[in-house]
Amino acid sequence: MKLTLHVWRQKGPEDSGKLETYKADNVSPDQSFLEMLDEVNDDLVKNGGDPIAFDHDCREGICGMCSQVINGRPHGQQELTTVCQLHMREFNEGDEIFIEPWRARAFPIHKDLIVDRTALDVVMQSGGYASCHTGGVADGNTLLVSKPVADYAMDAAECIGCGACVAACPNSSAMLFTSAKVAQLAVLPQGKAEAKRRVKAMTEANNAEGFGNCSNHYECEAACPKGISVKFIAKLNREYLKSMVPSSTE
Amino acid sequence: MILDGKAPTGPIETTWDKHRFDMKLVNPANKRKFKILVVGTGLAGGAAAASLGELGYNVEAFCYQDSPRRAHSIAAQGGINAAKNYPNDGDSVYRLFYDTVKGGDFRAREADVWRLAQVSNNIIDQCVAQGVPFARDYAGYLDNRSFGGAQVSRTFYARGQTGQQLLLGAYSALSRQIKNGSVKMFARREMLDLVVVDGAAKGITCRNLITGEIESYWGDAVVLATGGFVNVFYLSTNAMGCSVTAKWRATKKGAYMANPCYTQIHPTCIPQHGDKQSKLTLMSESLRNDGRVWVPKEAKDTEKHPSEIPEADRDYFLERKYPSYGNLAPRDIASRAAKEACDDGRGVGESKRGVFLDFKASIDRLGQSTIAERYGNLFDMYYKITAEDGYERPMRIYPAPHYSMGGLWVDYHCMSNIPGLFVLGEANFSVHGANRLGASALMQGLADGYFVIPYTIAPYLASITPGQVKTDHDAFKESQESVQQEISKLLAIKGKKTVGELHRALGNVMWEDVGMARSDASLNHALKRIPEIREEFWNNVNVTGGAMELNQQLENAWRLADFLEFSEMMATDALHREESCGGHFRVEHQTDDGEAMRNDEDFSYSAAWEFKGVGKAPELHKEPLKFENVKLAVRSYK
Repeated sequence: MKLTLHVWRQKGPEDSGKLETYKADNVSPDQSFLEMLDEVNDDLVKNGGDPIAFDHDCREGICGMCSQVINGRPHGQQELTTVCQLHMREFNEGDEIFIEPWRARAFPIHKDLIVDRTALDVVMQSGGYASCHTGGVADGNTLLVSKPVADYAMDAAECIGCGACVAACPNSSAMLFTSAKVAQLAVLPQGKAEAKRRVKAMTEANNAEGFGNCSNHYECEAACPKGISVKFIAKLNREYLKSMVPSSTE
Repeated sequence: MILDGKAPTGPIETTWDKHRFDMKLVNPANKRKFKILVVGTGLAGGAAAASLGELGYNVEAFCYQDSPRRAHSIAAQGGINAAKNYPNDGDSVYRLFYDTVKGGDFRAREADVWRLAQVSNNIIDQCVAQGVPFARDYAGYLDNRSFGGAQVSRTFYARGQTGQQLLLGAYSALSRQIKNGSVKMFARREMLDLVVVDGAAKGITCRNLITGEIESYWGDAVVLATGGFVNVFYLSTNAMGCSVTAKWRATKKGAYMANPCYTQIHPTCIPQHGDKQSKLTLMSESLRNDGRVWVPKEAKDTEKHPSEIPEADRDYFLERKYPSYGNLAPRDIASRAAKEACDDGRGVGESKRGVFLDFKASIDRLGQSTIAERYGNLFDMYYKITAEDGYERPMRIYPAPHYSMGGLWVDYHCMSNIPGLFVLGEANFSVHGANRLGASALMQGLADGYFVIPYTIAPYLASITPGQVKTDHDAFKESQESVQQEISKLLAIKGKKTVGELHRALGNVMWEDVGMARSDASLNHALKRIPEIREEFWNNVNVTGGAMELNQQLENAWRLADFLEFSEMMATDALHREESCGGHFRVEHQTDDGEAMRNDEDFSYSAAWEFKGVGKAPELHKEPLKFENVKLAVRSYK
């Protein structure tokens, strides 16, 4: 296949950046999107150019490192697929492809397609855990978790933290990301004790890191490579509301 | 030199408990005076950093990814073993210990394996407490399944994403410590040197992958948890950034590399297609619970559509050769059998390097919906990569490099021969011997991180004065200069080949000559070719860009430079080990029916290699292995 690529090039956070055009002339339909870019980079290196910087690691759709907006859609057009699992057979001969980084206030660009997603870590650090100590915990089977609850928690826990939801959202909101962790821990007995504190702290961290709020566009769910449902945002809102009501022991 | 692993003696059942009491402690008020560096934030490193931080030590943690949630532990699909015996099917700590020693083909240290089996149960409890959503049955109890190489159901799992969920558990514990201020996290850093002062590990030199800055960090101890090295084969199931670099830099500073020839080639990977592929993808070997492995009996049938090949013309070679384990034979055995079938001209697919994994019998018996519930994500993954529907026609699989059993040599305390340098998880060599059983890598990573290093680091720290060497020491300056020189050298070559091309060339040699079947001739060929490729690299590679910027070409270049040195040690180890054991198969040493033939008389030891200079033969040190509990026997799965 022969393709024309328009790739966002930006030297550093201060640079204004622009789209540059490249030809990919020898693309095999069995190649992955990133393998296609590897080849473009090899050609650039051989011709004295500057290869395109992009984040990637596991290349099997689970580490959450890859992060490209392809033709306006985070991770490209194929549903439930990360960029690294997107294959060139999804494209047609002669296609023009636009490749851009995640764009959000909370994700400053390091270089080309590589952004800084530290803000997501900060949100997790604010309360995305059950505060147990290493050692000194009870036998795993003393906490019974019914299968539907375990399945619900697992549906939420599948989030890979890539940030596509933020890139897709017109408000650059990280509500889908945050809600997945809040919901997972809110339904499990292990996480209930800290549920109120957690939802408040994580919501505050969202605001402090410069993520926007949710206004129900649902673009996040459409872009999510793991199919995390917006129902978890509804759960987050309920948990937030509950945290505002003092219990009799508070 | 004869190495001593300092494993405790006495009845195996009491070794760890007794040893825990015998070890010195660091008093709580003194803990905060010590600083510990943890390099790598996968299961082992993440769990270690969180646990050590919680104990009160000052911890600084490092990873090359942008976040400590992304290490390649995340890609493990199948599960984690523990000796809980919840299903009441005869499991025990002793049986897990026994299976692991035997599965490793009697090349691991017994006491280390015992400890692993003992703490396996604590790991499950710990992960449950963190909120890891393990599979549950309808009554709410934890669910188990069986896994390759075991006859009991001791594997705990979270759908097909167990590694991800366990890593996110460790990440959550780490995040909590970062928030508390006990752990300082440095992401997008790569360790490029170990700083050794008066023979002890006292710090590291890193490159900031965003700015290009070379940075120094001091610590009273350095913990390496930097994973495995099978990207030396170029195509492997590892993440693109996995490398030998941190371990190799430590080796060059005097740490011994043990059993580098023990590499695991995993049987259920998606075969390579074309020559443009950058990595291979593994599918959980749990697929072998319900899939039957076969090739056509006759080479002439390999072009046919599988549905056109009648039952009588199929060779279900694992069931035929290993009737009692069948399709669940351990990984090394299943992989080698697949290779033999393909070498025999009976491989399938475009490249003829593939065997069928057929679900038809299970779909007929259980229905497609049951199979989809069990493995749906794997069928989806297979479809995305191959555009073939595994429900309609058999999948094609082929073995791929997956895991390194070998790694830096450590004693019972997980401390290397360099005092103050500790090594955890896949990066060390300790518990898997010559072959790792399924669902035991996650177990080892978390065991080392949560339940071993928090205890075993104390005796060392109690023996030194904290904060004696800091970054103003000359050793840090010298280390920074040597790293900077190497980077300048790489950038100045400006040759004609790309890093990728040369990595492929090395990978080809390693796969052909040091892969699943090794011979005296192939290993000597590799030892001739590796220095040639290395020379071409240093004369003709083109590394673009500058030193003081984000430069991925440069990162790949130094990782390859290290593989080009390490690979020679790997081939040397494979050449010296005149026996077949586990993942190391020497064609000269096999039984009449092609099974691995160990040589316990001459090779019942761990081989720890000391680096003596690039291109120079490394020096061998032996740690003799004693088997007092599991009787040495020929491993049979027939």
